[in-house]
Amino acid sequence: MIMPFCLSQEGIFYCFRKRSTKHQISTTIILIKQVVLLRKKVEYNMITISDVKKIYQSKSGPISAVDGVNIEIAQGEIFGVIGYSGAGKSTLIRMLNGLEVPTDGIVDVNGQIVSQVKGKKLREARQSIGMIFQHFNLLWSRTVLENIQFPLEIAGVSKKERVQRANELMKLVGLEGRGDAYPSQLSGGQKQRVGIARSLANNPDVLLCDEATSALDPQTTDSILDLLVDINKRLGLTIVLITHEMHVIQKICHRVAVMEQGKVVELGDVLEVFRNPQEQVTKRFVREVSQVKETDQTIDHLLTQYPNGKVLKFTFVGESTEQPLITALIRKFDLDVNILQGQISQTQKGAYGTLFVHLDGEEQTIIDALAFAQTQLVQVEVLRG
Amino acid sequence: MIENLFPNVDWEKMWEATLETLYMTGMSVLITFVLGMILGILLFLTSKENLWDNKLTYTITSAVVNVFRSIPFIILIVLLIPFTKFLLDTIRGANAALPALIIGAAPFYARMVEIALREVNKGVIEAAKAMGAKTSTIIWKVLIPESMPALISGITVTAIALVGYTAMAGVIGAGGLGNLAYLDGFQRSREDVTIAATIMILLIVFAIQILGDFFTNKLDKR
Repeated sequence: MIMPFCLSQEGIFYCFRKRSTKHQISTTIILIKQVVLLRKKVEYNMITISDVKKIYQSKSGPISAVDGVNIEIAQGEIFGVIGYSGAGKSTLIRMLNGLEVPTDGIVDVNGQIVSQVKGKKLREARQSIGMIFQHFNLLWSRTVLENIQFPLEIAGVSKKERVQRANELMKLVGLEGRGDAYPSQLSGGQKQRVGIARSLANNPDVLLCDEATSALDPQTTDSILDLLVDINKRLGLTIVLITHEMHVIQKICHRVAVMEQGKVVELGDVLEVFRNPQEQVTKRFVREVSQVKETDQTIDHLLTQYPNGKVLKFTFVGESTEQPLITALIRKFDLDVNILQGQISQTQKGAYGTLFVHLDGEEQTIIDALAFAQTQLVQVEVLRG
Repeated sequence: MIENLFPNVDWEKMWEATLETLYMTGMSVLITFVLGMILGILLFLTSKENLWDNKLTYTITSAVVNVFRSIPFIILIVLLIPFTKFLLDTIRGANAALPALIIGAAPFYARMVEIALREVNKGVIEAAKAMGAKTSTIIWKVLIPESMPALISGITVTAIALVGYTAMAGVIGAGGLGNLAYLDGFQRSREDVTIAATIMILLIVFAIQILGDFFTNKLDKR
């Protein structure tokens, strides 16, 4: 039924458009998406947000929730938006499926101008944009299986296909055998798995995650994040998530936008943002995951204990994390090296680490050692001395 | 034993009156449920920041509901006599009581429906919208199922109020247990008839309450 020409770019678009009406070919489309991903032939923008503004009228005057945001998100990317509450990230993600309409600007999701379409067209566009929520938003009156079927009922899929598809999805998210349970009988993590299965039912092109892990404990958060990465890889799904936890960005995102007061203040590869945060707010977020709270105390303690020498912070990114820097320092220079604190974090695009050390010895030797360290693929920051 | 306690009660008449009461209650509950649901859903949808946010419609519906809810039932019956006469060509009998019963109870139930729908998790409605659901789908597949326990307990309370209203309607000649208690019991000073009619009414009320509670609990999976 699907001709090889479907593998051309237009063909893929054609299949996407027809998907809602021809459910039976959905699985084949997933295969095609995978083939395309493997070939890496098409890297087009799935989402384009241009000059988007959202102004709310309140009693105390107009409030700008989103203020001139421009973001392009590629197909197959996991894109994170981080910000403290009130930064406008929630409004921004809701514009991607038309739950909020921008006051100004254009939101384009897979060729559909979501910010302008209305009625039937908007509803059809929404069927190819999945969404999961902080509080899961499952229907308590329906079983797990019925909850997953809900978006399929909306799309007008026949009962038999619905049940079959729902069972497939339960397997995908690791909920086999729980189909007849009601949401009230599930744990938070299981509820979010139902939410994910439900959001994938109509084979969406995009998955929006609205603080999807904020109501979960750290362990469950990690398992849900692993599931999202798995889905991203297997289905080639574009994922946009908003969060206030840097951990989430670090663990699964390829690129990140940092929002503050309705504006994107920083945007780039996660690794790059971690290595070289520019804005104050970004530095705060990065510090959340890269520095253990006690470090400051430890450093203070060591400063009084070792009045001589320097306290340094090394920042390793990517390949440099594998370098034996400390060994080199000790071998090459006559120095006492004391490791105060160290940590390496994995991101989707490589590792990122920080190391706090105390160097003691002849002043000239320390200066030489610093100069040597700076020639390596490592960032050096002198915290004292 | 029963003959001694209720010497003046004609049990055949009592049974007939009970059936009349059951008929009036049943019919009015049924129509009140439908009408109340329609009005309640309209109130909910047109309220502020909702799917059909419309201040004018909400204000008008709300005013109508409040007016009919505030008129004492016994006065409502009298006020509606011309309307009933126009509608049914008579003001006597069980059917003649129905317009007043429904117009008295539907606004009351509409408010209960509105409150029940307000309790539905806003996030679930948002999720349905995000899936591309039409408003009608949201009403039938989200709002009504998710508020079912409250809708059932609301109709239970309304049904019990309606049993009371049928007794009042009996006074103007609609028949039923109220009519029996008033004419055969009170006016002829046969207290045993009044008491027997009261017991029958109590039994009906208990039955409704037990049934309502059963369904409310059965449907609540939260």
